[in-house]
Amino acid sequence: MTEPGCSLLSCGPVDEDREWTMDDYASALARWCPGCGDHAVLTAVERVLETEQLPPEQTVFVSGIGCSSRFPHYLRTYGFHGIHGRALPVAMGVRLRRPDLHVFVVMGDGDCCSIGAGHWIHAMRYNPDLVALLLDNGVYGLTKNQTSPTSPKGKASNTQPRGALLPPLNPLSVALGVTNASFVAQTGDWLPAHLYATILAASRHRGFAFVRILQRCPQYTTELFEGAVRDPGLVELLVHPDGVTVPELDRIYKNQRPHDPADLDAARRLAEPEGKIRLGVFYRNESLPVYDETRRTPSRSAAEKLTLLNAELDRYAV
Amino acid sequence: MSTASPAPSRPPERTILRVPEHTVEVVSDSGEGAQKCAQIFGRVSARMGNGVWTVEIIPAEIQPPPRTPESASGNRIRIGTRPVTNWGDHANLVVAFNEQVLLHRHRLEALAKDAVILIEDMWATHDDPDIRRAWNDAMDELGQRAYRFIPVPMEQQCLTLIDNPRRGKNMFALGLLAWIYSRDLEKIKEQIAHEFRKKSPALYDTNVALLELGHRWAEEHLDFRIEVPAIASDRPMVVMNGNQALAFGAIASGMELCSMYPITPATSASHFLSDIFEKFGGVVHQAEDEIAAIGVALGASFAGKVAFTISSGPGIALKTEFIGLAVMVELPLVIVDVQRGGPSTGLPTKVEQGDLLAAIFGQPGDAPHVVLAPATMEECFLCITTARRIAEAFRCVVMVLSDANLATGVQPFPRPAVDEHWLAQPPDLAPVREGLRPYDWDPEMGTSRRVIPGQPAGMFTATGLSHDELSHVGYTPDVHERGCVMRSRKLAVFQQMLKPPPVHGDDAGDLLVVGWGSTLGAIEEAVDRAREEGLAVSSLHLRFLSPLEPGLKEIFGRFRKVMTVEINYSDDPDAPFITEENRRRGQLAWLLRASTLVDVDCWTRVPGEPLRPGKILEALRASMPQGVQS
Repeated sequence: MTEPGCSLLSCGPVDEDREWTMDDYASALARWCPGCGDHAVLTAVERVLETEQLPPEQTVFVSGIGCSSRFPHYLRTYGFHGIHGRALPVAMGVRLRRPDLHVFVVMGDGDCCSIGAGHWIHAMRYNPDLVALLLDNGVYGLTKNQTSPTSPKGKASNTQPRGALLPPLNPLSVALGVTNASFVAQTGDWLPAHLYATILAASRHRGFAFVRILQRCPQYTTELFEGAVRDPGLVELLVHPDGVTVPELDRIYKNQRPHDPADLDAARRLAEPEGKIRLGVFYRNESLPVYDETRRTPSRSAAEKLTLLNAELDRYAV
Repeated sequence: MSTASPAPSRPPERTILRVPEHTVEVVSDSGEGAQKCAQIFGRVSARMGNGVWTVEIIPAEIQPPPRTPESASGNRIRIGTRPVTNWGDHANLVVAFNEQVLLHRHRLEALAKDAVILIEDMWATHDDPDIRRAWNDAMDELGQRAYRFIPVPMEQQCLTLIDNPRRGKNMFALGLLAWIYSRDLEKIKEQIAHEFRKKSPALYDTNVALLELGHRWAEEHLDFRIEVPAIASDRPMVVMNGNQALAFGAIASGMELCSMYPITPATSASHFLSDIFEKFGGVVHQAEDEIAAIGVALGASFAGKVAFTISSGPGIALKTEFIGLAVMVELPLVIVDVQRGGPSTGLPTKVEQGDLLAAIFGQPGDAPHVVLAPATMEECFLCITTARRIAEAFRCVVMVLSDANLATGVQPFPRPAVDEHWLAQPPDLAPVREGLRPYDWDPEMGTSRRVIPGQPAGMFTATGLSHDELSHVGYTPDVHERGCVMRSRKLAVFQQMLKPPPVHGDDAGDLLVVGWGSTLGAIEEAVDRAREEGLAVSSLHLRFLSPLEPGLKEIFGRFRKVMTVEINYSDDPDAPFITEENRRRGQLAWLLRASTLVDVDCWTRVPGEPLRPGKILEALRASMPQGVQS
């Protein structure tokens, strides 16, 4: 006997004929600063949702704390705006019990690379099937200009006014160093087509899709990606049929390097910036164990549970 | 009693001591298996119809240096004709694998003055002069008491069957106990099969041979037997420890996710669950840390059935921020705290009730939630379903405070009649009706209906920021105050559903003892003994600590004095510098004083072991209000 409606794989009635448009995903007007890169990411995400026709009620955005973590409030999907650094465990919990839902995580560099770094590394290793977007602007913006782990060395902030003391952490190298990492990509907020294509590839990946998005903060790190924004020569696109290809960029972005995302060693070498900003899919492997799939359990009816429970209790009977 | 043991072939001068209860301890070096021996003895005694309560004697390390007092590892098993509710005062019979571990128990005053001690005597004639000297010194110290020593050549006997007696003495010792207490050998063999079923049949055979060897040796050499008559219960019973009961309770409650990080003494519940949960469609998720453990549980609760996390004091401290978030987003969540000694790493394997106030008030801001505490193994089983139901009905966090005494202690209890109604219903994913808001608070009760991802037309973003009914962030005074009122009000509604607690003993008198958690049995035994002495003492045991059960002030008013008995720290009122004003009191005492304005006194201890009823009795006598003859 199966319990009616017990399986969480089945949702409530969904209007099969309904076609979702970008407007269906938009909610409150985003309140980020004018010129903030988060606006571009939001638009790209809405485009991906539309392309994939993900029903809003079956889509969950989980975030932590920071400017970028306001993300779920600006979407008309389900959202969970939690606490600093802890978006990934919450998303893991959703994913573990609800394989029918599409789960996205939005984190800032403080969230992901500092207070929540432990969760980040372990999420890469667990490899649950979800999309994790790191909106990396190299600064703590919401708390007004403190040094982040990805702040460039020398960048002055309110906590390190004479300049950031340490070289920045490289999220790509960290991610590519984690056993069982299955998808690592980098894109930039100033290239909407590339941003869209990369998030789309991430959403189609089976496993934990980690995307670092280089994101401009018009308030505190205005100069951070300024050079690359103005000079396409400073950008190198990693191109491959298994990665992302964005033909409309070909005319301007001449630095293109063929890179097979199956090649982990090459990915690790390319993760070192060498004076260039490399955008594209560094690594992709869908043959690795996906945690929520390995932990999937049979759905049991109440009657089945009681029979099993009584059998277990028999073992402890006096 | 047992029919399987052969009738003694000895002449009738053998004494048979018939007693209503007896307390046994088995102590060895860590790793020698005294615990396994004692556990089987306890379980078989329960299965034969005796009342049983066991307490583990656990060293802090996995392999402490052998033959040291710190290495003492084993169990106390108190068996009785009637149900046994606590570990009692002193051991009447001890099986000791060496004199050092015995010394440990002696120094803790764990042994009755006339205790019978069966001790491995190989150390007296050991080749190593240091060991012989240690033996003699120990015997001098132990000789100050009137213990009766019975030397047993455990090692020598075991060597007739096996090469390494360190891995077999325990079954020989079990044989000794089986003969002394006329335990059913067939039932013991069933337990041995159960314990070693995953290992080899040869191991089973060896263990049974050692058991029979010990049994035969006892029959040929001992001049006494002990009879603790058993009264078979007319109800089906089960026997297990509190952590197993918690795990069973979680399954029976229909929860399907236990998210945890290893920590003593909580982890054994997850071991038990890991073994069988998947069969029930459940998952034990071992997270990367304590914070992630509760985060995963909260995420699972957000998206479906109520989940739970299990930890102990240090882990609960790490979960604090998430507990506040769970309260703020009004998600159902069950958090089990198997308390140990604190603060900090404290006493990892020992019992304490030191987390009460942290559990209730440990979160920044106002974070109202339910805190309850089971008092017996049976309640460990039942309380999880209660917790799950409250969490769901009131969209709230429920914390369950167990402790190391319940976690590792074994007690038989009536087999719970598990029922379909205990199981959580699958989430309703029907479309949300027009106009339903994610926090559609009933303006009087603060209650609201949960909306779950997957429900069409219900989309909202849960947030830890102050928010209104739409879950829209709002920082205005009315939004924040209204949220606080609603989250608090629903607990008042819940409290109104509770009944005043029953009083054990007379409804009025000179002294009322108030307890909570695992001390129930010891307190009631002490109160019963005090009443036999003619003292007008009663007791009351709380299961709900937040909100508190109703009617307390009225009940307290019927007694001349009210006093809590707890396993947590309080200042001795007679200690230097301690005044009525600066005295730090037991945690429940503090809570009761604040909520009833009654001058509640306390008697608390933190010995790292369960309270002994005899010590509580002494405290009761000393605490009788002025003018009462004690």
